[in-house]
Amino acid sequence: MSTPTSEPTWVKWTLIGIALAFIFLFLILPLAAVFTEALRKGAGAFVEAFKEPDAWSAIRLTLLTAAIAVPMNLVFGVAAAWAIAKYEFTGKAFLTTLVDLPFSVSPVVAGLIYVLLFGAHGWFGPWLQAHDVKIIFAVPGIVLATIFVTFPFIARELIPLMQAQGTEEEQAAQVLGATGWQTFWHVTLPNIKWGLIYGVILCNARAMGEFGAVSVVSGHIRGQTNTMPLHVEILYNEYQSVAAFAIASLLALLALVTLVIKSFVEWQFERQEKAAAELPPEKPQA
Amino acid sequence: MSVLSLPRRTPKRVLPGFKITLGFTLFYLSVIVLIPLSALLLKTFTLSWEQFVNAVASPRVVASYQLTFGASFLAALVNAVFGLLIAWVLVRYRFPGKKIIDALVDLPFALPTAVAGISLTALLASNGWVGSLLEPYGIALAFNRNGVVIALIFIGLPFVVRTVQPVLEDAEKELEEAATCLGATRWQTFRYVIFPTIGPALLTGFAMAFARAIGEYGSVIFIAGNMPMVSEITPLIIIGKLEQYDYAGATAVAVVMLGFSFVMLLVINALQAWQRKRGGAK
Repeated sequence: MSTPTSEPTWVKWTLIGIALAFIFLFLILPLAAVFTEALRKGAGAFVEAFKEPDAWSAIRLTLLTAAIAVPMNLVFGVAAAWAIAKYEFTGKAFLTTLVDLPFSVSPVVAGLIYVLLFGAHGWFGPWLQAHDVKIIFAVPGIVLATIFVTFPFIARELIPLMQAQGTEEEQAAQVLGATGWQTFWHVTLPNIKWGLIYGVILCNARAMGEFGAVSVVSGHIRGQTNTMPLHVEILYNEYQSVAAFAIASLLALLALVTLVIKSFVEWQFERQEKAAAELPPEKPQA
Repeated sequence: MSVLSLPRRTPKRVLPGFKITLGFTLFYLSVIVLIPLSALLLKTFTLSWEQFVNAVASPRVVASYQLTFGASFLAALVNAVFGLLIAWVLVRYRFPGKKIIDALVDLPFALPTAVAGISLTALLASNGWVGSLLEPYGIALAFNRNGVVIALIFIGLPFVVRTVQPVLEDAEKELEEAATCLGATRWQTFRYVIFPTIGPALLTGFAMAFARAIGEYGSVIFIAGNMPMVSEITPLIIIGKLEQYDYAGATAVAVVMLGFSFVMLLVINALQAWQRKRGGAK
């Protein structure tokens, strides 16, 4: 049935049909292909891929990288959001744009800038070599490149959220004698909790899955500087298709878990917003 | 003397932590982003003009720009059309499985690009599920330019949906009702009432998908076939030069890409400002 502000039923179902067909072709099929390709030769071959020590070292390196990059960007994200959302200062808009900058830089360029700084022919290359410090083609380079590409994730979730919440509650806490740290811990943090988790899981997914930037700085040394996505590439190029897709399926699973947590957080956030909207105003509007 | 007549104190920054948070933000931003990026620019200045032009304007590199820009534009266009459609369907209609579809739209953000690359290749290669269906008709979607476009469509899909969706949710139904009351057909209402409302958001989503596609590497290299002059994207040119220890050449091409990133960043910022103005003016 068609009401004045909706389309005839046949139009509606045609549009839904086209949208679903597109999503099936571009999202569901590729996702399904990862798991079927991984299990093509049975569960035995799938498990075999995880018995390789190189696979384990790749998994360990990926976890290590995320375990460093995500907390660093978390601390930065909270500090940047606090400075940008709670105070007025000149150059604020410009600073916000700079925080977003890494999103628009190609991952390959992101990797390259660290090679130019710390590589053997880079600015600090000779000094690093003289002091026997390895950054490029080693773990520190991988961590740096990952921090760069995931740099804005948490900050850009928190900035608009904290701007919308204003400073009234924090000021009240200050008046009541709370220290800055207490104010943050007991007032601000509970308010930004869901936005924070949201940013962290997206940041983590990208940190574990980054390919381009890490590929430039890693040097692809098996068992040493291969992350999971790089290990997938090596296996794939060596025609070890089942093993490549087995590792890939683990990453796809990570993506699915990320989407589930993300949906849950969005749901919680909506509930919180709704509850806040239903609350009677506590004080007269100034 | 009443309290009200006390001299007003100049507004002070009441909350503590301004100096330390701003200081840390600037320090971290400089160390991770600004100093490394300026290293790239400084390195460019060590090249002679001739070296620079040779690196960024050789036929093979120019062919890669054409492919990267052309394929990214095409993919962003497809994303604009289908992204708008998906956002419309998700906001306006109810159907079974809607919540799952809504969550799934973000898959390209969450799935590592290398995984997307090998999986799309497996699907579209001549022995894959889709590729084997198309092969009898002489259509090849993998290991050529088609593959590049398809990978970029996958990567950019969420951008348009996620920028248009909230605007469509906030759009006022009353305007549509008014248009209908004044005798507009449903199509006219869409064309003249709804479309202008979501126009800025649609353009923002398009620009974001386009900018992301230009820099994309992981998902493309598996499916492209990477033939020089034919299906070699610009980020791969940089990797190729690096592997030959041609740091100067890699830097020069990277600066061209970085310049484009800056332009896109400004364009997207301007579009978002326009969108906010539109949203606030209603």
